[in-house]
Amino acid sequence: MAKVVLPLEVARTFADGVTEHAVDGGDIRQIVRALNQRFPGISDRLSQGTAVAIDCEIYQDWFLEAVSADSEVRFLPAIEGG
Amino acid sequence: MGNEEEMQKIIDYSGREFRYVGTRTVRPDGFDKVTGRANFGADFTANGMLFGAVVRSPHAHAKIKSINVDKALKLDGVKAVITGKDFPKLDVNDKMVGEVVVSYYDMGNNVIAREKVFYDGHAVAAVAATSQEVANAAARLVEVEYDVLKPVMSIAAATKKNAPILHKHVRTGGVEPAPTKASNVANRAEFKLGDVDAAFAKADVIIERDYSTQTVHQGYIEPHACVASTTTDGSVTIWCSSQGQFMVRAYVAKLCGIETSRVKVIPAEIGGGFGGKTVVYLEPLAVMLARKAGRPVKMVMNRAEVLRATGPTSGGIARAKVGAKKDGTLVAGEIELTYEAGAFPGSPVALGCMTGFAPYNLTDVRCVGWDVVVNRPKAAAYRAPGAPVAAFAVESALDELAQALDMDPLELRMKNAATEGTQAPYGVKFGRIGYQETLEAARQHPHWSAPLGPNQGRGIASGFWFNIGGTSSAEVMVNEDGTVIVATGNPDIGGSRASMALMAAEVLGIDVARIKPLVADTESVPFSMLTGGSRVTFATGKAVIEAAQDAVDDMRRRAAKMWDVDIDQVEWENGCAVCIESDQHKPLSIADIARKADKTGGAISGKANINATGAGPGFGTHICDVEVDPETGRVTVLRYTAIQDVGKAIHPSYVEGQLQGGAVQGIGWALNEEYVYDQNGTLRNTGFLDYRVPVASDLPMIDTVLVEVPNPGHPYGVRGVGETPIVPPLAAVANAVSRAANRRLADLPISPPRLLAALSKG
Amino acid sequence: MSKHHVSTTINGDPTEFLCDTRQTLLDCLRDELNLTGSKEGCGTGDCGACSVMVDGRLVCSCLMLGVEADGRRIDTIEGVASGDTLHPLQRHFLEEAALQCGICTPGFIVAAKALLEHNPNPTETEVRYWLAGNLCRCTGYDKIIKAVMNAAAEMRGA
Repeated sequence: MAKVVLPLEVARTFADGVTEHAVDGGDIRQIVRALNQRFPGISDRLSQGTAVAIDCEIYQDWFLEAVSADSEVRFLPAIEGG
Repeated sequence: MGNEEEMQKIIDYSGREFRYVGTRTVRPDGFDKVTGRANFGADFTANGMLFGAVVRSPHAHAKIKSINVDKALKLDGVKAVITGKDFPKLDVNDKMVGEVVVSYYDMGNNVIAREKVFYDGHAVAAVAATSQEVANAAARLVEVEYDVLKPVMSIAAATKKNAPILHKHVRTGGVEPAPTKASNVANRAEFKLGDVDAAFAKADVIIERDYSTQTVHQGYIEPHACVASTTTDGSVTIWCSSQGQFMVRAYVAKLCGIETSRVKVIPAEIGGGFGGKTVVYLEPLAVMLARKAGRPVKMVMNRAEVLRATGPTSGGIARAKVGAKKDGTLVAGEIELTYEAGAFPGSPVALGCMTGFAPYNLTDVRCVGWDVVVNRPKAAAYRAPGAPVAAFAVESALDELAQALDMDPLELRMKNAATEGTQAPYGVKFGRIGYQETLEAARQHPHWSAPLGPNQGRGIASGFWFNIGGTSSAEVMVNEDGTVIVATGNPDIGGSRASMALMAAEVLGIDVARIKPLVADTESVPFSMLTGGSRVTFATGKAVIEAAQDAVDDMRRRAAKMWDVDIDQVEWENGCAVCIESDQHKPLSIADIARKADKTGGAISGKANINATGAGPGFGTHICDVEVDPETGRVTVLRYTAIQDVGKAIHPSYVEGQLQGGAVQGIGWALNEEYVYDQNGTLRNTGFLDYRVPVASDLPMIDTVLVEVPNPGHPYGVRGVGETPIVPPLAAVANAVSRAANRRLADLPISPPRLLAALSKG
Repeated sequence: MSKHHVSTTINGDPTEFLCDTRQTLLDCLRDELNLTGSKEGCGTGDCGACSVMVDGRLVCSCLMLGVEADGRRIDTIEGVASGDTLHPLQRHFLEEAALQCGICTPGFIVAAKALLEHNPNPTETEVRYWLAGNLCRCTGYDKIIKAVMNAAAEMRGA
């Protein structure tokens, strides 16, 4: 089961403030679907202005990136630049 | 002028040899730029062109009661007048939902006011006429009736009880339970690791202080400018300078209600952006005027308009708290940042929270950020948005901590430096990074140990920026004579075309003189994300490398045909196809293969459309020496050294240029730059005389050290370099002044009146 | 409103144009004569991007009216190179990467050329003070100062 870490604000709104969750899924899309089953509406919220870091790698436009059983999946604010 | 070798140094940790990458070639677009031939945004003309002028609110906060354009329309030579009513109505929930959330509602409102104006200079109408003089006269004839409201000019004013509310629909996000009342506080963000309160309890020394910074502008020398042309079939062509022609296309299409495919954007050269040109201001206005008038319309901002009405970056306040053991080991860190978003929500405060403590190995840290609207222009990105102010607070606090511990501030940083595997405050663990290497370079640098005189002080500070990747496209086209064209979709702000040519040269194995890099319009190359986020050399460079490799593979196939051998017999060496086994087949140059292209299958090209991941973060460490004049309060920067991990400098001169330019913007931010508003919310310093950016006589040479710890995420080790340089200087300068003046300066800019006031406190 | 007729010499060529009284010399160069090499960065004489020479004197063309050019000799960035041959300043700017976005470059080259005609052996401080009227936001001035000093050395035959 991958370790998923939600942003604090999202956790507070959808998951009673709990940021860390163990979730099953072979790619990001499956992970988000599984999260949405547990916390309805969270997938919409996560699709807005969020990047994801899978282990050390940050993905700004995430969709089907592979996730393994011992991955850490961390949702972050999207990073703009100047 | 001293030892050149010492002043511009490269420390290479890769040990890798390149043939073209890393050489200081002359940039391909340079001839036009030194002769005045290059066309920037204001340099275009179109047949039958009209001139536009914008009517701007003189009030910082008001309801628009009525707009009467009759007198303007009657003026001889006026061909069209537009107001907010000419634009498609937007819904408050209209957002571009993608990686970054862009509120089209706010953007549309910012481009031209609808029911309210939110800052001095906010556009309320625009006119097009046969000359600039007539357009300006017509603008003065537009009659706007305002119901003036009390302006909210500061964070304190915005958050006071019973403060006038700018936007009725804004509720503070990020707080639970979700508020029901409207507020000027648009959002709260929080990042934490561990248990910061318990950790502070273990500290031997704690430093806690408040800091403040003012609104500053990106300060690009080229004002915004564009020419828009529409045809009766609904097609639109825009010539403009921007940080992204595809961004301009998308925003114009959305705000004007036009299909994307009907909008063509041709990029002009851009005279500076630094993040401030990642949005649109004039383009939608020019398009609507052109449509109404049936003729092309040119619009150019003057400097006062640029300062009054285009995104500065957020001023803000910060509270920083750091705790350490007696031996200098950091045990806890905390910051609370409050940034001015300007007229609409969306300051980069979350990014400030994420970056402030990033250079340090902290298991217990908490960063809270508040986004607050005020009646100032909507903040736009400015080089490492959000990071400089956060770093100012953190790096100043660390300097004070070093003083309290009687410890060398460089050693304090060395002791706590983030390294590979360190978890950043936003939770992600770093891959291979070069922060420690920058500290090591600082320690070895003669600047660090040079003697200081009376009233002089030395400051050191570090900084971090993520750097991003993103969508980039490239085409490499081989001409019949074996020369090559490299087309990408990213405006060249700092010399990136030279780097694209160098990277293509490295893959193709031919001299850059035979490669022409160009920046294509929106109809000539697939979509590319804008130029910003320090991404072009990294992401567009990756696309160029892949496209060049694709072209090489195409040429190998052609060579195989020409030799009648299998493709796996063909290798690529030194710009030629080489046959592995046979002595009968002499190497074929690109020109040889190109000459036979028609016979072997048609034109030769390669392409790559990618979304680049694997961007490597950039860390910088800056050293600054200042001398303080206790009589006048003037601070003179005597010496400045900027050290940064740049991954791999594709073109070292332009990488040095980024370090120098960013450092000087930071020096200006620290010492002189600020927006001055009166009590009515009118901007008082609307020109470069009183919005005081650094000039040549203010500064010494800016020495640089390029530390090259390669980024494993790029074939040549590239890290973005453009933004990190503006992150350390605010504190590097403030720490230097604090040491010279023997007191902590925590409010920027440290302009002479402020410094004198601080010195007079005894 | 009738226009004024102005006769000047621009980059050595006799030139005539019509202009409105309110147009600055910069406006006239750019909009009437299509010489867009001089740039408007501020319109108030603070940034130097519009630098030209008027009768051998360095001037911000945004601070001068078009009509004031009548009977005068104007030299702009477009006249600095000789045909295809770049002036040493232009060459040094290119070789030493003294430009990034390039918008301030014409102004700097005209101003630096004026300096070197007046003082062929300036110190770093003299260069910095002479060029204090030319703003650059991209480079931090370092490579510009070096390019000017190296061009000066080359021109002196040093």
